[in-house]
Amino acid sequence: MTVFPMRRSLAMLAATGLVLGAIAVPALAQSRDPAYAAARAAGQVGEKLDGYLGYVTPPAPALRAVVEDINIKRKAVYAEKAQANKATVEEYALTSGCLLIAQTKPGEKYQAPDGSWQTRGAGAPLRDSRCP
Amino acid sequence: MRKVELTRSANPATNRAMGKNGFQLRPRHLLALPLMGALALGGCISVKAPDKPIVIELNINIKQEVVYRLAQDANATIESNPDIF
Repeated sequence: MTVFPMRRSLAMLAATGLVLGAIAVPALAQSRDPAYAAARAAGQVGEKLDGYLGYVTPPAPALRAVVEDINIKRKAVYAEKAQANKATVEEYALTSGCLLIAQTKPGEKYQAPDGSWQTRGAGAPLRDSRCP
Repeated sequence: MRKVELTRSANPATNRAMGKNGFQLRPRHLLALPLMGALALGGCISVKAPDKPIVIELNINIKQEVVYRLAQDANATIESNPDIF
């Protein structure tokens, strides 16, 4: 039977891919832009309901450029993943917004279901009723 | 010479109302108008504006089940893109 060697080589390929992937992901993973990290910690920007960053206070032009860039990148990622999951960009973005608000650290800002900006406390954030 | 009619002449195949598109107001019908008007006035439904402002939920068409279905994948996406989240 020639099936088994073939199957084994496929398994080897898959294993190699997994190992390569595991190496590649930390290499690709970069931390936040310092300007974004600082603005987030200072409560100048917050996580919106729709999965994008919003301004809590009017931003300086430099910060605005950084945040706009992040939102464009987020939208590109949402669009790609939404298509892979047969969902709309808005659906995927809202789902991500749910999770991002849940992941905010105490002191960071997030948007409550009524649209107001809230500061994350020690407890659970106020989230949309559809959030998982 | 005189024609002999075996039967009486038939009624015309059309009546007055035909050829004028159905319903016609006749004096009889006109008599009923004041009554219908009174019924309409008596049965008036009044609609009051709500006290609270109307909030338009933009994402109302997104279903909870869709959010639940996407949650796991979205979580993986966030974890693999720490620079933009």
